[in-house]
Amino acid sequence: MSEQTLASAANVLEKGELLSRFPGYVTRDERNGYQGYIIKADKLLEIVKAVRDEIGYDYLSSVTGVDYLPEDMMEVVYHASRTIGGPPLTLKVQVPRNNAVVPSLVPLYPGADFQEREAWDLMGIRFEGHPDLRRILMWEGFASHPLRKDWKEAYFEEDGKPFKSRWPDGHVWRAEDKNPFGLNVSYPEGFNPETWTPDKDALLYASLSRSQGGSESGLRTEPVLVNMGPQHPSTHGVFRFTVILDGETIMALKPVMGYLHRNHEKIGERNTFLQNMPFTDRLDYFSSMSNNFGYALAVEKLMGVKPPERAEYLRVIMAELTRISNHLAAIGFFLNDLGAFFTPVLYGFEERELILDIFEAVSGSRMMCNYFRFGGVARDLPEGIYEKISKLVNERLPRKIDELDLYLTNSEIIRGRTEGVGVLTPEQAIAYSTCGPVLRASGVPYDLRRADPYSIYDRFDFDVAVRYHGDAYDRYLIRMDELRQSVRILQQAVRDLPEGSIQEGKPQYQVRVPAGEAYGRVEGPKGELGFYVVSNGKPNPWRYHVRAPSFINLTAYESMCVGNKVADSVAILGSIDIVLGETDR
Amino acid sequence: MDGMGILKGLSVTLKRFVDTYLEDLKWLMKGQKRYYTEEGIAQRRSTEARGIFTVQYPEEKLPVPEEFRFIPFLLYDEDENGERQVRCTSCGICAKVCPPQCIWIVRTSDPKTGRPVPEPAEFYIDVDICMNCGFCSEYCPFDAIKMDHDYELSVYNRHAKNIYNQEKLLKPVSYYADIRPANYQREEQARAEAEAAKAARRQKAN
Repeated sequence: MSEQTLASAANVLEKGELLSRFPGYVTRDERNGYQGYIIKADKLLEIVKAVRDEIGYDYLSSVTGVDYLPEDMMEVVYHASRTIGGPPLTLKVQVPRNNAVVPSLVPLYPGADFQEREAWDLMGIRFEGHPDLRRILMWEGFASHPLRKDWKEAYFEEDGKPFKSRWPDGHVWRAEDKNPFGLNVSYPEGFNPETWTPDKDALLYASLSRSQGGSESGLRTEPVLVNMGPQHPSTHGVFRFTVILDGETIMALKPVMGYLHRNHEKIGERNTFLQNMPFTDRLDYFSSMSNNFGYALAVEKLMGVKPPERAEYLRVIMAELTRISNHLAAIGFFLNDLGAFFTPVLYGFEERELILDIFEAVSGSRMMCNYFRFGGVARDLPEGIYEKISKLVNERLPRKIDELDLYLTNSEIIRGRTEGVGVLTPEQAIAYSTCGPVLRASGVPYDLRRADPYSIYDRFDFDVAVRYHGDAYDRYLIRMDELRQSVRILQQAVRDLPEGSIQEGKPQYQVRVPAGEAYGRVEGPKGELGFYVVSNGKPNPWRYHVRAPSFINLTAYESMCVGNKVADSVAILGSIDIVLGETDR
Repeated sequence: MDGMGILKGLSVTLKRFVDTYLEDLKWLMKGQKRYYTEEGIAQRRSTEARGIFTVQYPEEKLPVPEEFRFIPFLLYDEDENGERQVRCTSCGICAKVCPPQCIWIVRTSDPKTGRPVPEPAEFYIDVDICMNCGFCSEYCPFDAIKMDHDYELSVYNRHAKNIYNQEKLLKPVSYYADIRPANYQREEQARAEAEAAKAARRQKAN
């Protein structure tokens, strides 16, 4: 798209073309601290189609449900982006709380599938026209929608931290002693846990057989239903998927998740803004620095603070080191899934270990770094660490990446197992809202560090890695490319690291966050990691939502797998690189 | 040619295997011990490490860096009579900032006036719940609570042992100076400067 059409496209909504074409159906969100447009639910599909086809917002980043309890209103917030770059467009639909029905966007953006199921599961917003509206993180039969503001969890104490019982009269007790499990659980009317039997996944299997295509071989065979996981070495945690097989060929596949669900977002809404920072570490526990980054950006947008130069550089250094350690582990585990058991992953872990040593020396912890603060970072580099990073990125890592390349890339076994397996076309990749290496391996050069630059990424000289076949082998190669690009960024950042302060203003434990909403996103190692935060001016966020890249990448998993052999589903899952801490939240 | 990729790959494995023994030989010629010694461990975790990378825990342990954080503890100074002076003033900032809310403090009141006095009556940390984020030590204005280095905490009965009380949490400042020398010096310096500034102000006022 040329410069001119780009500019005019950006103005379509602003100039009011859509506003005048759908009078009364599209209005600007005029609330203080909010942005974007509010769309009436009955014309949603029509308007979003125009937004997608006429002004090029072809990529749906995130779907978020927000419960505005005082206004008795449910809101669905859509963040759409253009794969040619630029900031996201925020669209909203508001519906009454007791009759929360919104048209589903799955026909326009198949990537809305899991996200709408999540909003239904946790918020109780029904999406009309969704092909498969089942619960996704909670189990079928769960009584309520736990992210609703009036829902209270087990061991509930207060709506927001800090709890009054801790100080100044903090006589200690254990939640489980005071509230033994069973006594604080309420059951819906007519429910008896003694006589209840689980539903045996009837809904899941029904959905599975619905999406099953015809047999390809022409032979009359009996389709076989196989459960992979949740306890299976190939699934990188407690992830489960069910497949219908024709012989060995996959005909339908449905992921089942939520085994590690802890309602991270509810916990986040009970926390104060700062208290949430260490919890973000636990999302994608392989790359906690990136998680910190995204959350810090979102809250900084609301607060209107900017970290000083040195802090910006330190942030970039940590985020890129994280990407390297994540990709090394991802490549290693991918090879594990192919059957090259643990030698490649341990080679990758050696370098990862050196990076974790740096994190430990800087932040105090190897994996749960909790290093970022609003308007800066927690502490400066201790003595000797700058030299260590410098040696690592200038001498050791380039050599070791080359060694890994020699070791794996041209191995005939690896190529035989992965080339042409799990192909995702560029159109599919965009439609399914995949992100990160999965999207770029399908030939879409969409990298937020370039497409919507944040922090100081616009200063560095690096290429957006892109591969064009969209198969599992390209998803391996793209991680190799990104390792090299990250090393390039690191070399520049380490060279240019300025002196100076690392925190804007005085470090504060109670930050004042003005009312409003913000969507902060970073290019995490696994893709677009977004944090949608709504503040009402109180110490705790009103809404805190995570756009988890692993979770949304799984939307495309079925279409990558159908037609492949069942053994390849393991390789394909490995090539997506998921982490269950983030998928299940 | 088919199979060349695999052979090249295997050469990497072979090189790594040989490297371990070459490195052993180098150390042997220098007359140094590579295993179970501090230099050996330091070399194996450095950017120059070649060959074997692992350490034999628990016989060998990686030294932890100064900033390493694991479970908070409380500091006390010793005055000239050898009496403990607990630094904590029970202001409650650590309890308020704690993300999993695992710190419990009972503030003392003067029995006569009813006013709160600085030293806490009780101080508990539920270490089962503590997530080792380090906020308490980061935001404590009195340098009274710090993160420890001791990470081997397994017990047989967590219900009896894992709520630490004040007695268990208190450690002398000398211990802190020992595990975090750079931090300790920086804080002492800041304190001395603040004292000096205060004294200067007082002198001016007089």
